[in-house]
Amino acid sequence: MTEIVLRGIQKWFGPVQVIKDLNLTIAPNEFIVMLGQSGCGKTTTLRAIAGLETIDEGDILIDGKPVQHLKCSDRDIAMVFQSFSLYPHMTVFENIAFPLRATRMGKADVDKAVREIARVLRITDLLDRRPSALSGGDMQRVAIGRALVRQPKAMLMDEPIGALDAKLREEMRAEIKRLHLKQGSTTIYVTHDQVEAMSLADRIVIMHEGVLQQVGSPEEVYSRPQNLFVAQFVGSPVMNVSPAAVRDDGGAVSVAVDATVPGFPFPRELLGHLNGHASGGALAMGIRPEGVLVSREARDGYVPVEVHLIEPLGSYDIVDLKVGEAMLRARTSAGFVPAAGERVHARIDPAQAHFFDTASGQSLGVRL
Amino acid sequence: MAAVQTTGERTLNKLAIVSVLIVTMIFLAPIYWIVSTSFKPRNLATTVPPTIVFTPEVSPFVKLMLKRSQLREQPTPEEYAAAPWWERLVFDGGEKVVRDGKGEVQLSGYPSRFLNSLIVAIISTVLAVSMGTFTAYGFSRFKVKGEDDWLFFILSTRMLPPVVVAIPMFLMYRTFGLNDTHIGLIILYTAFNLSFSVWLMKGFIDEIPKEYEEAALVDGYTRMEAFFKIVLPEAATGIAATAVFCFITAWNEYVFALIMTRRDAQTAPPFIPSQVGSGLPDWTVIAAGTFLFLLPVAIFTFLLRRHLLRGMSFGAIRK
Repeated sequence: MTEIVLRGIQKWFGPVQVIKDLNLTIAPNEFIVMLGQSGCGKTTTLRAIAGLETIDEGDILIDGKPVQHLKCSDRDIAMVFQSFSLYPHMTVFENIAFPLRATRMGKADVDKAVREIARVLRITDLLDRRPSALSGGDMQRVAIGRALVRQPKAMLMDEPIGALDAKLREEMRAEIKRLHLKQGSTTIYVTHDQVEAMSLADRIVIMHEGVLQQVGSPEEVYSRPQNLFVAQFVGSPVMNVSPAAVRDDGGAVSVAVDATVPGFPFPRELLGHLNGHASGGALAMGIRPEGVLVSREARDGYVPVEVHLIEPLGSYDIVDLKVGEAMLRARTSAGFVPAAGERVHARIDPAQAHFFDTASGQSLGVRL
Repeated sequence: MAAVQTTGERTLNKLAIVSVLIVTMIFLAPIYWIVSTSFKPRNLATTVPPTIVFTPEVSPFVKLMLKRSQLREQPTPEEYAAAPWWERLVFDGGEKVVRDGKGEVQLSGYPSRFLNSLIVAIISTVLAVSMGTFTAYGFSRFKVKGEDDWLFFILSTRMLPPVVVAIPMFLMYRTFGLNDTHIGLIILYTAFNLSFSVWLMKGFIDEIPKEYEEAALVDGYTRMEAFFKIVLPEAATGIAATAVFCFITAWNEYVFALIMTRRDAQTAPPFIPSQVGSGLPDWTVIAAGTFLFLLPVAIFTFLLRRHLLRGMSFGAIRK
């Protein structure tokens, strides 16, 4: 039941500002994922909350109490590191018991607590082993056990499954989710992997170059990106973004991504939503590959395009379409387009289109 | 590694083993010489060609430990019969054991020199390694202003042969009354070893991931606790290796021990050769003294051999 508030955090490494005026409130028991590329300041923020990094300005409040001047040992926060950081000279049992020993807890109670957490994590049979004898997934479980054992106010996780292989990552992702549902402690999880972020988070915090870009539920950041960075960072395959020109020839409104080809038809109300941005020329349209509809026959509202490349991904294909000089990636069912070089027809689903001001990068909030 | 060795590889392997054996024998020859001499009767110690087969005896060790003087007249058969076995060994060599007024047996200078060596080497090693470890930790983990300059300065203390400063050191020690004291030698050897210890330990501590301590800090420990509970056990290998090197340096040091000590704090290295010059040298006794002097280093190194080996190759492989 811990609330964490970050208020006006600023942090410099020499002349480089790595966190710029960060404000964030994390609700009790919330699972927050900080998502961003390496060097965006997400890990620094996490380390600042843990107390491993000092901040230059701002307040970190845990349950309303400012902690930025406290040592990490006094903050009652647990952390899981990417490298696991299990103490190599101790057995699994001693590793998990280590944080409890700092609290001068009685021997019997330590033993009970360690065994309980080992049971939850299903590592009871590993308690006598040394970390060097463990597999990556088990190391991760032990690291999580060590963090959970003293029931800290909050859990911080710094790319905890980044070092595991793909299959194990998937397994551990589910396990972390299960644990969070069971234990329900406030958790801040740092990753650059958006699949992890989408699948785990209650809310995702997207950072770029030390600046918070957007905070919202996975669904929100995916379907309503606030700016171009978020739009292109979240989602795989990446959202198509191209400069767009809105054409209004009296009756019909269309949006063209290339001057030489006919535009994709849009409903008239687009003009109202764009609110004058249509004529400025500083407009970009974003459309996720699943918003690009492909047909093999000519149909009303479809624009003829050429298939440039097909990436078969098993359950679906990603097809690169050449629209004049511009490229659009579409998601089709597997084998829908037999070969590259074919001519097919494409349409954009207006309900899934996003419009951005290219100068500021901000979304214009158009919802059709 | 190839799973199957070819005949050529096998021959090469055997050749390598043979050459290693030969080199080992060359290195061990002087040690064999000393050990065998220390068990020889006096008349066989300097024969040409050397005596290889002989009946070993312990009289050199007995003589090494006891204060002796030349026999002016042979002991009477009663005296001889009444003497304990070790005194008879001294009589056999044409000498007698020196006793004080109360008839107590007088020890030679060797045991006290040996003890001095132990005191000085152990204490200076503990000091150099512990101070070096703390210093190295500081340099490794914290931003120290002018870190490179400091480290270079520390290293530079080893850049000239210690003998160069022998005279100034002697004068300083005389002024401060540190000549011929244990504390004087301990300070000297600690200072010699400290730069080496700092550099070696810094290498080891740099290799210990910072995350271990960070994990301990987050787990609720202070930095000092994290140092003792996490860094020290992790650095045990490095500490062992550093300790062996420091101990050997302090144990073997000859020049300063010769200049700075006369009697009270004299260590074994300057004492052993001083016995060569007084009267006719008894090489078996000198060999016995040398052999005993070799033992502590040999035992210490043997006990820490695993750490030493790991220590030597530490950092060679990226984990």
